[in-house]
Amino acid sequence: MTGSDIHRTIEAVWRIESARLIAGLARMVRDVGLAEELAQDALVAALERWPQSGVPDNPGAWLMTTAKHRAIDQLRRRKLIERKHESLIHEPEFEPTDERLELEAMLDEDIGDDLLRLIFTACHPVLSAEARAALTLRLLGGLTTDEIARAFLVPEPTVAQRIVRAKRTLTEKNIPYEVPRGEERDERLASVLEVLYLIFNEGYAATSGDDWIRPELCNEAMRLGRVLAALAPDEPEVLGLLALMEIQASRLNARTTSSGEPILLPNQDRSRWDPLLIRRGLTALDRIEKLRGASGPYALQAAIAACHARARTVDETDWSRIASLYAVLATVMPSPIVELNRAVAVAMASGPAAGLALIDALADEPQLRNYHLLPSVRGDLLSRLQRHDEARHEFERAASMTRNTRERQMLERRAAASAQAARAQA
Amino acid sequence: MRFMMIMLPAGYASAPAGKRPELKAIEKMMDYNMSLQQAGVLLAMDGLHPASTGARVTTVNGKVKVTDGPFAEAKEAIGGYWVLDVGSRAEAIAWASRCPLEPGDTIEVRQVFEMTDFSPDVQKAVADMHSNCA
Repeated sequence: MTGSDIHRTIEAVWRIESARLIAGLARMVRDVGLAEELAQDALVAALERWPQSGVPDNPGAWLMTTAKHRAIDQLRRRKLIERKHESLIHEPEFEPTDERLELEAMLDEDIGDDLLRLIFTACHPVLSAEARAALTLRLLGGLTTDEIARAFLVPEPTVAQRIVRAKRTLTEKNIPYEVPRGEERDERLASVLEVLYLIFNEGYAATSGDDWIRPELCNEAMRLGRVLAALAPDEPEVLGLLALMEIQASRLNARTTSSGEPILLPNQDRSRWDPLLIRRGLTALDRIEKLRGASGPYALQAAIAACHARARTVDETDWSRIASLYAVLATVMPSPIVELNRAVAVAMASGPAAGLALIDALADEPQLRNYHLLPSVRGDLLSRLQRHDEARHEFERAASMTRNTRERQMLERRAAASAQAARAQA
Repeated sequence: MRFMMIMLPAGYASAPAGKRPELKAIEKMMDYNMSLQQAGVLLAMDGLHPASTGARVTTVNGKVKVTDGPFAEAKEAIGGYWVLDVGSRAEAIAWASRCPLEPGDTIEVRQVFEMTDFSPDVQKAVADMHSNCA
């Protein structure tokens, strides 16, 4: 193996092992930040040692043992300091061996629970959404700050600081390293799912920048979703989010032209949708049905996405089912954006005029004031009603509101087409 | 990026139709599969019946020719596959290295094509094919 091969191997081992490593260590030292430092130390040791010694047969175990020893040293040092504070009387030398064995045994038990603890801690609501996302990618995805910075298009020092501050907050607020139970669990799980979906969406419909899609972020969110689904296989909303992400991601290849312009759902070539991801999404939905049915917000959104996935052509889309799923979604997750989507489904099921009536009821929603999809959808319905001049006005408004270059160009083209149609009418 | 790990079990090319892995081997493999699933990298996997129950379809002078297994000339046969979604080729190899192999077993690691692996000309042609159909 050449030096760069070993380097790549170490990176791969890190990606596979880091979350488990940090999760196990955090239980031992009760501090996520310290656990990450210890894991990083083990990585540095591997980078120093493996190029000479070769990659060990069980690289994960090597990293774990190295990190454990450092953790034990840390704990012992801390204990000694505490004891010195406690009394000036000379303490007898304490036996490290029993303690070491006990700690090692502790580290080996249920890694699964540790991973769950780590996920819940990284996504703790005490942190801002962007801090949660950065910390999750760092601790659970094994991404470097540089990789996270590039994915979110922010400077690296910003991400580094975000992570440092998040870890400090967790320590200062004494956030316990545990899987929440009872009523708190649902609330905390919602916070975890929100973070994963935020990461996914940042990749799926990049809110800023030149590329409309950053698939690596989508893949990372799906990977974390699968980890979570393996740890909590009976949580309908975990399965729902995973199904939603996989079905949406099945369209990634069909969502842009070869030059990167967005292609909207009705115009996509469905033969380019990824059947493997669709199948996975539909299987997860079947499982949800067996558990308690699609009743949570993610499962319902997944069920809606599945309606599109099942339709071989646009015309086969079951719009009335979509409209009724949106109506249920609006009761569990009341939001003007859901209403907007319901309006689109109603327009498809019952005609543009019916949809427009619902949309016009949303005109004064403060939450939609800067949301470019409201004028964009309104423009679309107006153009289908042959009200081209009004449509042009809406498309222009939408174009001025979006921060994404590609999307703005598409909206400008639609505005121009509407202007032309309006002239032809006159 | 996606990789397929293709399992080529020792002696599988000449395995009789009724050949099945032993319980112990199955248990080890299930643990391994579980580790892939828990790491969030597993997209799909299947095990395949021995080649002696399969068939090969070729054309000879433009005519379809079907040959039933076993295939005397084959040195190895696919016993199963996994499709992984990982960050790098090295990560796929690292996963393959953890698979509980019997002596003589081989795993071949192959990257799955994505549209971006093709030249811009091909990508454009495929995209245009779509707009012509629509």
